Amino acid sequence: MIASPYRYQLRNYTDRIVRGACVVALILAIIPLGLVLYYVTAHGIGGIDLNFFTKLPTPVGENGGGMANAISGTLELVALASLFGIPPGILAGIYLSEYGDKTFGRLVRFSADVMSGIPSITIGLFVYALIVMRVKHFSAIAGAVALAIIMLPTVTRTTEELLRLVPDALREAALGLGVPRYKTTLRIVLRTALPGIATGIMLAIARVAGETAPLLFTAFSNRFWSSSVNEPTASLPVQIYTYAVSPYEDWHRQAWAAAFVLVAIVLILNLSARVLVRNKVR
Amino acid sequence: MASSNLVAFPRPEGANGLSTKKSLVRPDTLFGWLTAGFAALIVAVIVVMVLQMTMASKASMAAFGWRFITGSNWDPVRDEFAALPFIYGTLVSSLLALAIAVPISIGVAIYLSEWAPAWLRGPLGFTVELLAAVPSVIYGLWGIFALAPFLREVLEPALGKVFGFLPFFQGPHQGFGMLAGGIILAIMITPTIASVSREVMRAVPSILREGALALGATKWEAVRVAVLPNAKSGLLGAVILGLGRALGETMAITMVIGNRAEVSASLFAPGYSMASVIANEFSEATGDLYLSALAEIGLLLFAVTLILNIVARLLVWRSSKVTA
Amino acid sequence: MTYEAPLRSNPSEGKINLNVERGASPRRDVRRDSPRPMRVNSEATEVQVHVTGAKMVAEDLHAGFGTAEILKGISLPVLDKQVTAIIGPSGCGKSTFIRCLNRMHEVVPKAWAKGRVLFDQQNILGKGVDPVLVRRRVGMVFQKPNPFPTMSIRDNVLAGIRLNGMKTKQADAEVEQRLRQVALWDEVKDNLTRSGMSLSGGQQQRLCIARSLAMEPDVILMDEPCSALDPIATARVEELIHELRSQYTIVIVTHNMQQAARVADTTAFFYMGTLVEYGDTDSIFTRPKERKTEDYITGRFG
Repeated sequence: MIASPYRYQLRNYTDRIVRGACVVALILAIIPLGLVLYYVTAHGIGGIDLNFFTKLPTPVGENGGGMANAISGTLELVALASLFGIPPGILAGIYLSEYGDKTFGRLVRFSADVMSGIPSITIGLFVYALIVMRVKHFSAIAGAVALAIIMLPTVTRTTEELLRLVPDALREAALGLGVPRYKTTLRIVLRTALPGIATGIMLAIARVAGETAPLLFTAFSNRFWSSSVNEPTASLPVQIYTYAVSPYEDWHRQAWAAAFVLVAIVLILNLSARVLVRNKVR
Repeated sequence: MASSNLVAFPRPEGANGLSTKKSLVRPDTLFGWLTAGFAALIVAVIVVMVLQMTMASKASMAAFGWRFITGSNWDPVRDEFAALPFIYGTLVSSLLALAIAVPISIGVAIYLSEWAPAWLRGPLGFTVELLAAVPSVIYGLWGIFALAPFLREVLEPALGKVFGFLPFFQGPHQGFGMLAGGIILAIMITPTIASVSREVMRAVPSILREGALALGATKWEAVRVAVLPNAKSGLLGAVILGLGRALGETMAITMVIGNRAEVSASLFAPGYSMASVIANEFSEATGDLYLSALAEIGLLLFAVTLILNIVARLLVWRSSKVTA
Repeated sequence: MTYEAPLRSNPSEGKINLNVERGASPRRDVRRDSPRPMRVNSEATEVQVHVTGAKMVAEDLHAGFGTAEILKGISLPVLDKQVTAIIGPSGCGKSTFIRCLNRMHEVVPKAWAKGRVLFDQQNILGKGVDPVLVRRRVGMVFQKPNPFPTMSIRDNVLAGIRLNGMKTKQADAEVEQRLRQVALWDEVKDNLTRSGMSLSGGQQQRLCIARSLAMEPDVILMDEPCSALDPIATARVEELIHELRSQYTIVIVTHNMQQAARVADTTAFFYMGTLVEYGDTDSIFTRPKERKTEDYITGRFG
């Protein structure tokens, strides 16, 4: 029984057409990325000057304003968020990996997965009710707490998965030498998994650096320097948003410049993380 | 069998030999409790969040009941709140995003697993994932100054001309509206759906694919016959995960959707999403009922994304079990 | 390091009486009063073992995981400064037994152990005994060499010491001494900062032995140490065991009977969780008393 040559050709064409469609899909997916990066660079580079990095925002109409406080605010918020979110995340990840094969472990894992899917604005609302309403003012601390909640599930799951990848033989070797369990976990297992965990943390930081919604009601914004962590704090993403939706040309220009800086930071973090992984895997 | 030279296991406290009394808390036990405590923190945060949001919404729930979801009157001045326009806006923009993103994402996933040359797979996959790395507010910025004008000048008139007989493509071309929101959301959820789909397809044992190829199937036929049927529930899970992400997205959509609380069939018309109304009005909200209404919207958003998340994960998990 | 075993004042009246003369001679000498092969009655519940010259003694040891019982009442001495081999078919409990000797057995979830394991007459399974401290005196070498991958050769040797917070006067001298002990020094001395994973399998295993030796244990447990090594590396490890014998008590689990015949002074044959026969290696292999032992040795099952 010989298959019809026409049918064979039809199947061949179908295969090629589908393949072509998939390539089109790929191109359609990547084009927006190229467009966004192009726009940000084209419109943003022009606004990057010394003023941008050193001056405070000026009232509308005055030139020479900058986003120094927003830049430092973002750094401050990310640093605080890391402080609040990374150690608990790592410890929770250690729990899940080393002790977490019981029901409680499953509950925690489930909660972490749920937490990673919560819309960031809801987290902002929560922290608003938890902190801002109680102390009656916005603060960098509140913003950092919101960001930390966003970071927490990512750090936890990354830590857990990487610790699980460390072969049991290493744990046994250390235990066999009479090293207590906690030291084995911290100084042998964690140390072995550290490069991967560091990568995961870099990605988590890249994500929260760009978050806007949770900061809207927590850190809010500030036209001046915030002298303490208990004051409202400016941040790059919030500043971009405020300027972008405003009607002022000069502010639009600054928004593009800020977007350029933000995208640069995020891309550098992502690329470095990727390079790190590739080096370690080899 | 007491013996005086039982120095074999000197206890840290200095006592010699065996002791039957409970020793001080060993560092190992302490460490176990410490890590368990932080693990419990995660559960605690979720529980407290649910309680907090429910309490904050109580006033609104008591005042409006189910009318909150079915009514369209959002009037802060008269303390009348009903969220249908926002629910409508969120749903329509997200479903539109799905309609655009799902074929693209699955196409990307299939291409990357079947036809992409090995050396390209990594870089291409990474590039698609970079889509997810760009902050939402920057998509919004691009949306305001690049996408909206493009829609207003080019795409919407074109669509209006060709499909104008459908109610979806009627009305003035403003650029900002449902269509812009849907497109931007589609861009943002593509990497999510694509990467989960890739994982799901990768989990299908290669024996099945190879069996189909050995029978003389083309690559597409092998995928269609051996991979896709086995990955069905996982792919559905990927789509639902994407939907969840779209529902919760705030900044980008706030900046392009037009922020007008109306229900209209046209995709060109402006709309308002649940996340957007919270973002826009929360800081200005005066009055407890206003705040409570906004909190109730937040609670709704939370509940819906929670359920979708759980369903999606169950589907993906079940898919990996079936194919294992 | 010498060891004086205090004599028990009343020998047991139990069903088992094992009288062992402390021996320090190479295994090929025929000693007076050589240990008699022991038959274990698996229904025996109360077993008292009278042993002289034993560094460790297992008394009616039961162990298992969850509902499965792997060891069904093992009573066995480990003689000081001798090599004791444990042989038997797969699944007979050899590894479980050896892991009970340094309380590594309990590391696996759902593991349990009942009975007594005496180390210098102290029951290490007793309440209040810290397994961490047991493991400092009873070291272990595993089937697959497992040097710490993030550490150099030098750091690997010192790993046990450092992690335990113990101090060495001169770290370099310590490293050299241990590496010489395992005959690795000449091969690696030119570059001790290389990663532990850059060595061959046999070298890695010897590095792990050096690491254990650095803790100065009394007993070294070896769980099939050569099964992942090629014959040449195996021969070197066996040579090493022979050299270490005079200073340490060694227990080696092996599925390779010839290896047991080569290295061990005394041999125990396990079958399905029970100790079938125990005695000096020569007797076990040339004049086994039990039918099962003979069947296993002649290869009728395995």
